[in-house]
Parts: sequence; C-alpha cells; structure tokens
Amino acid sequence: MSTGIHGVIAFWDYQLILARVDRLSLLFGYIFHLVAFLGAIYALHVKEDLEQMAGLVYAGSALGVVFAGDLLTLFVFWELLTVSSVCLIWNRRTREAQAAGFRYLLVHVVGGLCLLAGVTLQIHQTGSLAFEYIGLNGLATYLIFFGVGVNCAWPLLHPWLTDAYPEATVTGVIWLSAFTTKTAVYVLARGFPGTEVLIWIGTIMTAFPIFYAVIENDLRRVLAYSLINQVGFMVCGIGIGTPLAINGAISHAFNDILFKALLFMSIGAVLYRTGTTKATDLGGLYKTMPLTCICCIVGAASISAFPLFSGFVSKSMVMEAAALGDLRLIWFILLFASAGVLEHAGIKVPFFAFFSHDSGLRPKEAPWNMSLAMVLTAGLCIFIGSFPGPLYSLLPYPVDYEPYTAAHVIGQLQLLLFAALAFPLLLLSGIYPAEIRSINLDADWFYRRGGRLFYRIMDRALNGLNDRAEQVFSLGLAGWLGRWSRDLPFRLALLLLYPLWLAQGLRGEELRKKRLALQQALAEGASPVGIGAAVAMAFLLLFFILSGLV
Amino acid sequence: MSETTAKEKQYLFDKPANIKRFFWIFYFVLVLLLVLDLLLPKHAIFPWEDWPQFYAAFGFVSFVALVLAAKYVLRPLVMRKEEYYDE
Repeated sequence: MSTGIHGVIAFWDYQLILARVDRLSLLFGYIFHLVAFLGAIYALHVKEDLEQMAGLVYAGSALGVVFAGDLLTLFVFWELLTVSSVCLIWNRRTREAQAAGFRYLLVHVVGGLCLLAGVTLQIHQTGSLAFEYIGLNGLATYLIFFGVGVNCAWPLLHPWLTDAYPEATVTGVIWLSAFTTKTAVYVLARGFPGTEVLIWIGTIMTAFPIFYAVIENDLRRVLAYSLINQVGFMVCGIGIGTPLAINGAISHAFNDILFKALLFMSIGAVLYRTGTTKATDLGGLYKTMPLTCICCIVGAASISAFPLFSGFVSKSMVMEAAALGDLRLIWFILLFASAGVLEHAGIKVPFFAFFSHDSGLRPKEAPWNMSLAMVLTAGLCIFIGSFPGPLYSLLPYPVDYEPYTAAHVIGQLQLLLFAALAFPLLLLSGIYPAEIRSINLDADWFYRRGGRLFYRIMDRALNGLNDRAEQVFSLGLAGWLGRWSRDLPFRLALLLLYPLWLAQGLRGEELRKKRLALQQALAEGASPVGIGAAVAMAFLLLFFILSGLV
Repeated sequence: MSETTAKEKQYLFDKPANIKRFFWIFYFVLVLLLVLDLLLPKHAIFPWEDWPQFYAAFGFVSFVALVLAAKYVLRPLVMRKEEYYDE
C-alpha cells in the first residue's frame, strides 16, 4: 500500500477515510502483521474455530484502528477490538475467565462510550471527521483522551488488564498483549503528542506496577503488570513529545510487542505443559524445557534492556529525551522503574518458573509450533537489539541517536547487574518476599467489592422499601380490608339489633349469647333471609343518603 | 525417593560447582564494570551521571528499596487469600 489516503467515501455531509497510510501508521501496521503471524504460528495447534477467528478479527481491528483516517472509522474498529478480544478470554472456559471477561467487557464498553461521546462532540464542534492532532481543549477532547486512556491502562483505569489477561487462553494472551494497549499508544501518538499530563501518567505507569509485580504469585499476572510498566515508557515519551521521545515511544512499542509476546509465549508454554503459572507451584523447569527457558531469558533480557537486546535500543531514547528536557524527577523515576523491570520480568519470571526450588515437575518441551514461534520472536529481539538500523529507518522522525556508546553500555550494564546482584543477596538472606498463594487488591476492588457493596446498599434500600410496602399494603391493608368486609354484615346487623336487644331488656350474659348466635348465623349463612334483605336495604339506604349528601 | 533421584539425570545446576562457577563469572563481570567505569569517558547530561559508579549504586539501592517497599509496605496492605473475591 502506498502512503497517502485511500478509500474515501462520502457519508452524509462528511467524508470517511478508510485508510490513511503514513510512517506512523505503517510502522504499527508492520509490527501488528508480524505479531499476528507469530501468534498464529504459536496457536497452530489450537483447534477452536471461535478462538482462531476471534484472534484474526482482533488483529484486523487493530490494523483498522491504526490505518483509520477519520474518527468514525476509528471508533468502529475500536469497538470491534473489544468485542473480538473478549472471546480470547472467555474461550479459556474457566469460571474465573468468564467473570474476568465480563468485567473486561464492561470496562471497555464504558471507555468506548466515552470515546464515542467525545468523537460525536468533536465532530459537532469542528464539523469534520478527520483524525489529526487533537490536543486537550474542551470537553470533547477530554472525553476522547479518557476513552483512549482506558484502553491504554492508565493508573486506576488499568485493572481490567491485570484482571483479565492472566485468565485468557494460552495463545490468546499473545495477541491481547500486543493490540489493545498499543493501538491506544498509536492514537495518543497521533492525537495527543506533547500533552504534558501524559508525562506524569506514563511515569506513574512505569513505577507503581513494579511493586505489585514483586509480590504477585501468578507469573502471567506479573507479566501483565510489566506490560503496564512498559506502556508507561511509551506514554511518557509521547507526553515529552520531542522527535527523539516520539521515536523512542514508537520504537519501544514495536519492541515491546515482540518481547512481551515472547515472555507470554514462554510462560504460556509452561502453562500448556504444567497447567499452572503460579510461582509457588513451579520451579526447575529448565531441566526438561531448555528451549522455552532460553527463549524466556531472551525475552527477559530484552525487556530489561540489556545491551544487544531490543529493549536497550528503544527505551534509552525515552530516557535520553527526558534527560534532554531536564525532567529530573521523571528521569529518576524512569531509571528506578528500569531497575524494577529487571526485578520482576528480568529475574523473577524466568527464575521462579525455570530455576528456583525444584518443583519435581518434568514436563515435555513445548510443541513444535510453539517452539518455532518462540525461536523466531527471540531471534527478532536479538536482531533488533544488535542491529537497530532497520527499525530506526522506519521511525516517523529521522533518527539522530546512537545507543551503543561505551558510557551508555557500561552505565546500563552497571545498573542492571548491580541490581541483579541484590537478588541473590536478598534471597539468601531470607529478606526476599516468599511466594505465597494469594491475590493482591488493586483498583479493581472498587468495582469488584465496591460494586458488591453498592449492590448490597441498593438491595437493602430498595428491597427494604419493597418489604415495608408489602407489609403495609398487601399483608396489612389488604388483610384489614378483607377482615373488615367479611365482618361488615355482622357489624351492620349488630348495629341494628343491639339497640333492639337493649330495648328488650337483655343484659350481660344473654346479650353476649345473642351476639354470638348472630355472628355464627351470619358466618354460616344460616340467618333468616329477611335479615340479609334488611342488611342489603340498609346498604342501599346508606348509599342513597351518602349520594344525596354529595 | 532417593532411588529415583539417584537414577535421574544430573542437570546443569544440580551440581553445586556449576552454581559456584556461574557466580564467579558474575562477580568477575561486576568488578570489570566497576573498573571500566573509571577508565572510559562519559557524556553525561546530568552532573550526577559523572559520579563514579553512579549507575551501579543506583541499581543496587533501587532494587533493594523496591523489594523492601513491596514486602513491608504494599504486601500487608493489599494481600488477601485467593478466595477473597469468591466469598
């Protein structure tokens, strides 16, 4: 496809641009195709039509988003991303996956509605559907910003990711890790480059997940936290907005898709063979899964940004851009987060799965198609890390950056290896937190427990009202009315007869007997017909008098 | 149990000597990095990047700080048993 605009369609008074091809969209196009291909190899053994189709529709929607030239096309593919991806979660067919999938769907529907509201307002205000630089000005742009932020897993909007991805299928999570967050990064890069608040959002994203990753037991959830951490570097780069920073953000998205896919593939192979990803249950797998182990280590080295591995040539551009912008605090936090990446993705994931204590598990090596996909992805990680030229030539801005200077290599190796030195020291001294079967509360508490609390409050309040109403109306009032109308003939008859009895001189015990006899007679219908007629007459009279009064 | 372990193949890190070898290489690289840091020229943007062994110290300290904070601050706050949400 040549660069430029394709597929322009008139739509009422607007123009839909189905495909806009430029350097930014092309780069995302390349990597999405690449990872879809690798993911498809990895999933070759899967005989589930629904899952395979959903995966392909998902990949297609991601491509639709990055090539969409107008906001409406963007929105349609954006929603398609959500709908297709949730199948990759549900298809795991566990109760947890089903529940997590529903939560995932709800969060994304809210985000999608925000985006739709923003897009509608934006079109109304500007009179154009075009998707160009948006920037933050006014409600419409804030809504779009927020809608994209949900998919980008910003802090507090993030728990859909760490909740649902670890529950997804073995093969589905490869695609999940690639598309949703990276399409959001693409939209930010095109619509909101240089938006200052993104610097802080990105920086917080790099920092907070690493604490969670240290204490998390499920290794796929560790990788999900690390996904947020890596997207943080991209968001921060987009916020800085200089050509170097944007290049760094985009190339890091490119690399992250590969090494994150590789890490999810290797842990996925472990899950496929052993049925678990809990650090407490794994260990010593290097013995029988050496290839998977090596691929995992390559992924770990890439994400930790070791020289010669892919993370090194892209993350450092964001760091350098932060330093050149004199963002001191940001730079320190990013550097801290870089050491943190090494802790959870670089050491913890491979160590607890493949080394650590021997779990006694001796699973077979991964199936051939999984192994092939892992080896190809690992090869790409090393190739890009060692020869960044081809990737740099594809970036949106011309690259004037050399990652392989002696000082940079030494500095980075010092940072990583001395951080790594702390690991055995902490482990041997017993300070390193033991893996415990547990879960850790995160912001999803607010809608998982909070939602339940809301439900309970609503339950108490509304159902309480319901109960009270039932007591008053259906049990109380209706019963009273029923009793009242049942006793009515008796009371009326009594009203007429009582003075009569009194006039007859009946008193005390006799009066009570008469009364009882009357009640019995009326209840059994054994009263003389005349009394019934008299009561009816009394009714008619009463009615007549009352109507005359009104 | 002892029979099966005796029969089972010996793997790379089953031998303590190999672990020891691995760590000696690791320590050697660390020392090498400390030396190279003093010898090679730097092109720092921030002044503290010029301090000797800045990155080594920062890496080590932040790793320890991270683990301690996660263990002693975050874990007591957020850790729950696995069935927490099922109740």
